[in-house]
Amino acid sequence: MRRRRWRVVVLALAAVYFLLPLFAAAEFSLRTPGGGYGLANWLAIASDPVLLAALGTSLQIAVITAVLVLVLVVPTAVWVRLRLPSVAGLLETATILPIVVPPVVMAAGIAFVQANLNTPLFNALFSSPISALTPFYVVLAVPFAYRAVDNGLAAVPLRTLVEAARNLGAGLPTALLRVVLPAIRSAVLGSAFLTLALVLGEVVIARILLYTNTFPVAVVVVGQSQAGVSVALTLASLVLTWLLLLLVSFAGGRRRVS
Amino acid sequence: MTDLLDAPHTDADPAPPRAARRGRALLGLVPFTAYLLVFLGGPLYFVISGALSDPDGQPTIANVVAALTEPQYRAAFAGSIGISAVTAAIGAVFGTFLAQAVVTSRPGSPLRRIVSTASGVLAYFGGVPLAFAWIAALGQTGLATLWLRSAGIDLYAAGFRIDSLTGLTLAYVYFQVPLMVILVTPALEGLQPQWREAAENLGASAWDYWRHVALPVLAPALAGATLVLFGNAFAAYATALALTSGFIPLVPTAIASALSGNVLAGRQNVGLALGLTMVVVIAVVMVAYLLLQRRAARWIAR
Repeated sequence: MRRRRWRVVVLALAAVYFLLPLFAAAEFSLRTPGGGYGLANWLAIASDPVLLAALGTSLQIAVITAVLVLVLVVPTAVWVRLRLPSVAGLLETATILPIVVPPVVMAAGIAFVQANLNTPLFNALFSSPISALTPFYVVLAVPFAYRAVDNGLAAVPLRTLVEAARNLGAGLPTALLRVVLPAIRSAVLGSAFLTLALVLGEVVIARILLYTNTFPVAVVVVGQSQAGVSVALTLASLVLTWLLLLLVSFAGGRRRVS
Repeated sequence: MTDLLDAPHTDADPAPPRAARRGRALLGLVPFTAYLLVFLGGPLYFVISGALSDPDGQPTIANVVAALTEPQYRAAFAGSIGISAVTAAIGAVFGTFLAQAVVTSRPGSPLRRIVSTASGVLAYFGGVPLAFAWIAALGQTGLATLWLRSAGIDLYAAGFRIDSLTGLTLAYVYFQVPLMVILVTPALEGLQPQWREAAENLGASAWDYWRHVALPVLAPALAGATLVLFGNAFAAYATALALTSGFIPLVPTAIASALSGNVLAGRQNVGLALGLTMVVVIAVVMVAYLLLQRRAARWIAR
């Protein structure tokens, strides 16, 4: 069949393009100074308490960020589609704003506050990477999350679903949680994935604000002295995130069957 | 229809006046808007005020003029816009094909799960780690370089460098394609199978279906996603820095070097002005997108 053939070509091209750098990174991380192969770079990760602590910090930031993003985005997107379709365009503009302000520019503005405004509130905010970075990572994740959720809502008969739920006696929150959320499951999971990967990879803001105890910055710092360790860490974080997401994906799929 | 939605149990109550109901509906947007105002508007305010004042805090437009006229900054804008446009176009086309290849697979198949989860990771795999992976693959001693050389193709003798514009484009596409897959998959899933069946019953070929049914319906989603890709590449910073050490002129690189203050004192405000002009460039693109989308949205029932 003709449709089969183009699919195979596209998937094969994608496999080569996406797997080659990862495979090369794996090979690079296994190189040893003598010219052979060994696990030295990988063993160095496990014995580095600073790196492990940084990973813990970043995972906390990731979870809090993902929850905040979904709490902000899902009810708002549903609300706009049901009650305020006239402001959909306006809100779409608002969600594009965080892309318009690139991380490097945002970091510059935050760094100014960090350096110049010494009120107790700001000092408390900037005292730990979790409280300082999470609010801004939420902003970075919102445009992508909103688009994913809104695209998901566009693909389901939202109004009909909510009407049916309400006719059966459900309140709006119940309809949202029990009917809408499962219907746009893949979009919601997609948003959470994006947020997680964003937090584990965001280096610009964390670095400019000097939070070196987050995972991405720690990886860069290690890379300056031991490139092999850094490449190994990159791979480890990538595979770790990906396996986590696969797990979530399969768990989500099972819930659907039951 | 809306009455059912708004007030299922209030048959006895008179409906509140239209304006009051709209006001109540607008209240639902407050948490979202307030959040963006504080945590996005805040930093932006300081960028703008810094861009429009000199180091002593006096108002001036000299920073903006410098950001727009100095040759190195013009080169940076040309470089950024060029690579963003090229990688957005490549990413959009290839990402759409990949997404369609995945969407047409069996729902819940391993392929689908692998691609959708991998897209999530890779879209933000960007930055320094991505640069490391590409250097490991196509650097001087990279694995792919060595393989190609043993196959008789010497990339570096042919003038390729991983820290060139070509190398950077390759690396950017690596996060653009997954992002396109993420953005466009829900829209592709929204294509009703009945539309294809109806088209086929009317004698349409696969090409006719795509040309006259699917693509017009998808157009807003595709255009929107492509512009998001453009903004994504335009704002990207870490990849370029790690891969090229600031060798290729790009706006974020210029901002960072101006901000770090190791060039000249007083350049920090010029850096903020560069940031402001960068914001303006993408804002213009996004307004164009909104106008375009309003036109195209006629085809999609909300």
